[in-house]
Amino acid sequence: MAKVTVLYFASLRDAAGVSSEIVEAGGELRTLYEALRERHGFALPVERLRVAVDGAFARWSDDVRDGSEVAFIPPVSGG
Amino acid sequence: MTRFSLAQTPIDTATLRAQLLDDRVGGYASFEGWVRNHNDGRDVLGLRYEAYASLAEAEGAKVLDEALEKFDVLDVRCVHRVGDLVIGEMAVWVGVSAAHRDAAFAACRYVIDEVKARVPIWKHERYAEGDADWLHPDPKP
Repeated sequence: MAKVTVLYFASLRDAAGVSSEIVEAGGELRTLYEALRERHGFALPVERLRVAVDGAFARWSDDVRDGSEVAFIPPVSGG
Repeated sequence: MTRFSLAQTPIDTATLRAQLLDDRVGGYASFEGWVRNHNDGRDVLGLRYEAYASLAEAEGAKVLDEALEKFDVLDVRCVHRVGDLVIGEMAVWVGVSAAHRDAAFAACRYVIDEVKARVPIWKHERYAEGDADWLHPDPKP
């Protein structure tokens, strides 16, 4: 199992009640999001999000890396 | 010098514009996005922008690099506000300098479209009815 720091933004942060948390996880980033979605009741399905690892966009099929920082990026609305 | 930046305080367009002018420039185009008092049929009182700052700065810089590569322009800059904004405040500014206007207009349009689509910044609107919500729009087809 890998230990990762997860960052939440916007509606995900509101739903989680925290802006970040440390979680134990294994497998793909997609699996990690699905588990956290269930835990926190996130409305957004994985298809509508992007994911970033250590400050760079990543793929949902990438494996979770121990010690990394994972950010789930809900649909953006700047401008 | 950073071409893309996030700003906690009001955007000073005069200073930004002055930074783009030099003797090679024949045309300057800019876009300003302002906070309007309505969205999707609802009265908006104000809003807050939140960013994933490190990734927003990296992705914003990438958009500007792409604009410099795609269009025959001399320089491209963009500033996006974060934090609380009131109606009428400037939320985003894009400025482009070029020898000729066509490239300046095209690059300006490219930058604002890509920033809106890709840079991790989120808008939280407060409504006249008293509620508030994050905007998570579907991507444009």
